[in-house]
Amino acid sequence: MTSAPIDQATIPLAIEAVGIIKSFPGVLANDHVDFDVRAGEIHALLGENGAGKSTLMNVLAGLYQPDSGHVRVDGRDVAFRSPRDAIAAGIGMVHQHFTLVPSQTVAENVLLGLDRPRFRLDLRQTEKEVGHLAAEIGLRVDPGARVWQLSVGEQQRVEIIKMLFHGARVLILDEPTAVLAPQEIADLFATLRSMVAAGRSVVFISHKLGEVLAIADRLTVMRGGRVTAAGIDPRSVTRADLARLMVGRPVLEALQRTAVEPGRVVLSVEGVSADNDRGLPALRDASLQVRAGEIVGIAAVAGNGQSELAQVITGLRTCTGRVVVDGRDIAAQPARQAIDSGVAHVPEDRAGVGSAPNLSLVDNLILRRFRHPPVARGAFFDTRAARAKADELRGAYAISAPTIDAPARILSGGNLQRLILAREIDSAPTLLVAVQPTRGLDVGAIEGVHQLLLDLRAKGTAVLLISEELDELLALADRILVMYEGQVAAEFPAPSSADVDAIGLHMTGGEGAA
Amino acid sequence: MIIRLEPRGEPPRWLSPLLTIAAVIVALLVGAVVLAFVGGDPVKAYLHIVKAAFGDVGVLSDTLVKATPLILTGLACALAFRMRLWNIGAEGQFLLGAWGASAVVLFPLLPAGTPSFVVIPVMMVAGALAGALWGVIPGVLRARLGVNEIITTLMLNYVALAWIQFWVFGPWSEGGFQQTAPFPKEAWLPRLTDFAKTVPAFSGLTTHLGLVFALVAAAALSIAVSRTRWGYEMRLIGDNARAARYAGIDIARYVIVVFAISGALAGLAGMSEVGGVVHRLQDRISPGYGFTAIIIAYLARLGPWRVVLASILFGALILAGREIQPSGVPAMIQGVILFCLIAAEALVRYRIVIGRRAPSAA
Repeated sequence: MTSAPIDQATIPLAIEAVGIIKSFPGVLANDHVDFDVRAGEIHALLGENGAGKSTLMNVLAGLYQPDSGHVRVDGRDVAFRSPRDAIAAGIGMVHQHFTLVPSQTVAENVLLGLDRPRFRLDLRQTEKEVGHLAAEIGLRVDPGARVWQLSVGEQQRVEIIKMLFHGARVLILDEPTAVLAPQEIADLFATLRSMVAAGRSVVFISHKLGEVLAIADRLTVMRGGRVTAAGIDPRSVTRADLARLMVGRPVLEALQRTAVEPGRVVLSVEGVSADNDRGLPALRDASLQVRAGEIVGIAAVAGNGQSELAQVITGLRTCTGRVVVDGRDIAAQPARQAIDSGVAHVPEDRAGVGSAPNLSLVDNLILRRFRHPPVARGAFFDTRAARAKADELRGAYAISAPTIDAPARILSGGNLQRLILAREIDSAPTLLVAVQPTRGLDVGAIEGVHQLLLDLRAKGTAVLLISEELDELLALADRILVMYEGQVAAEFPAPSSADVDAIGLHMTGGEGAA
Repeated sequence: MIIRLEPRGEPPRWLSPLLTIAAVIVALLVGAVVLAFVGGDPVKAYLHIVKAAFGDVGVLSDTLVKATPLILTGLACALAFRMRLWNIGAEGQFLLGAWGASAVVLFPLLPAGTPSFVVIPVMMVAGALAGALWGVIPGVLRARLGVNEIITTLMLNYVALAWIQFWVFGPWSEGGFQQTAPFPKEAWLPRLTDFAKTVPAFSGLTTHLGLVFALVAAAALSIAVSRTRWGYEMRLIGDNARAARYAGIDIARYVIVVFAISGALAGLAGMSEVGGVVHRLQDRISPGYGFTAIIIAYLARLGPWRVVLASILFGALILAGREIQPSGVPAMIQGVILFCLIAAEALVRYRIVIGRRAPSAA
């Protein structure tokens, strides 16, 4: 399938995977997939959720054994039984969810999983080595810092250094930019560039087209377990081409955006302070307002209080100050108060907070309705009414699942998000707090979510949209507020793409500009 | 050749009950091997167990008598376990229930000669309340202070035992023996044999009113968990407490209420045992019903009606234990069943793949 131009065919292949087949019960995750990585290149792997990217990478990283097909590293056949075998062959993977021990230092984490030291632990020496390695590829990390003190971006650097320290020559990064701010992304890209310049290779998994076109030397696109474009030159394709290759149909982000005159103030956050889970201040005297029929976007780098802000408004975190919804102060009240005041919430952690994974779609879809008729009939629970509601929502929001009795955990990320959105929107909220509503969703699904949010706005709902996707905020928000260290640092009343740099600067605490 | 565990996608619905049954069968086979090893005849022993427990109406009735406290304590555990509250204290709650019911007769809280239809309901309430109190203590500690309920419930069992011992050795002791005086007839739960005058076939059958409590409790719980809003909220808390909080459910209140009901059920079991079987309070009132209940709740996969079935099975094992030598065999089988159940749990989520590594295709 790969048709590399002849002049480049002489570049040695770091990894070559041929005819990989991997199936899970009911799913053919990889169907005769060929994939190769050259020495010294950044190879981007694009695809929607469920396209089989992660499965392929897990095969390369030794987490899965393929049903058939083989993997060659530097021309030699290999059969990995575990990630340990893969790292021994020079392949290291940085997962979306980091695998660091928060209470240990950077150097200690880097040593984790290595057979050395055999007996005596010389942390000073390790710290020195880690420092050298970091400097070599232009990463700023304090080897003696404890991991819990680091920002998400810094933790990612630790993961990268860890893999390199373990001898990785091919680094697989699974959606590395999802947790980063624009400046951090630029830093990461610079690091990746210097790594490949030194002869290492990078496999960059993403579904963000812009990014991929900016960084990749070659592109491979997957859809439904198959490769739809193998090792193509990014200069030869457009964003639209890639979107079509990923989704299988043309995608046009043609949002129906009607002019809505913002109405009364629905949400007023006044001087709110709150601690995070570690007991450190996360919100410091933050204030903001959201009006009916208005989407207010919050832009911030992870860990600047935006998650806590959503929790404070929805009653999941205690705070000081006032949180007024429709004239009623619900600050530091249980979540029930927020729900009864008409606050809907699309939480950041869909599986962990927004759904009960082992309960049925029915049970999950009525999470906001079970107190009211027709689902509740006195103390009794009307199963038939619940099922009718679930059926209706499944149809209206195109949640694809075998039956409404299936447990929520079998839903794909996009379907689970649709389920949560369906439930929250159907509760006819006066205020919707949506946190990262499109994170991890594929291009087609994102379009749908965006339209749902705009429809809600058109109906006069106040929407607080917290997102790490600046493009998303620019496309949807009537106003953008930038949060930095628990405060609203800047406001952009009519944001446009011209503001990106200024927004990015404020997100990282930079002064001036704007 | 290698053997490894591979995660299953979605386990089919029939798998879990099948594995439960398989676990029981494997446990019986292991028991048979041990029996053979010590020189017994496993087939004979098992046949004897079946005969001793289900052989005729008389022993079947005895089996049900043994099953009664197990059903109630089993329901107590199953209810708490549904919310992932590990109430290991059904034993102590059972003892407190027995004590509370005895207190009605022995203090006495009611004047001598009070008719049965007053004494028995008062004993029920007293037993259930005492058990509930013993459940609420760990419930409040867990809900308000986050104290691990496994430790508190387990430790309270010993406190309860010491409490019972204090009363039966001291204030309520009958002539210095470690037991109280027998209850008056009014405090006895009616048994089938009490109706032998009208239905001669009931003669000698000791099955008592407690079984009715147990079945009513099973029915009530079954309806509560599947047909009420309360059941829905419990399901939600049990599956994902964070989602329940997000849905606006007051989890702390539920923890306390569920512990209270769980304790009340176990307390009712204690009341039923002193009122229906022993007719006095004594030092060794429970052979460990509250602990066996944990295995039963697990075996029943927390289903109320399945608790009834599992309790009858365990009632039979306890009854047969008196019949066969060595009498440790039923206890061993109980242990092995629990062991097999826990092992089978892994097979619900993983399947065993035996074979060579996937051959490389060219």
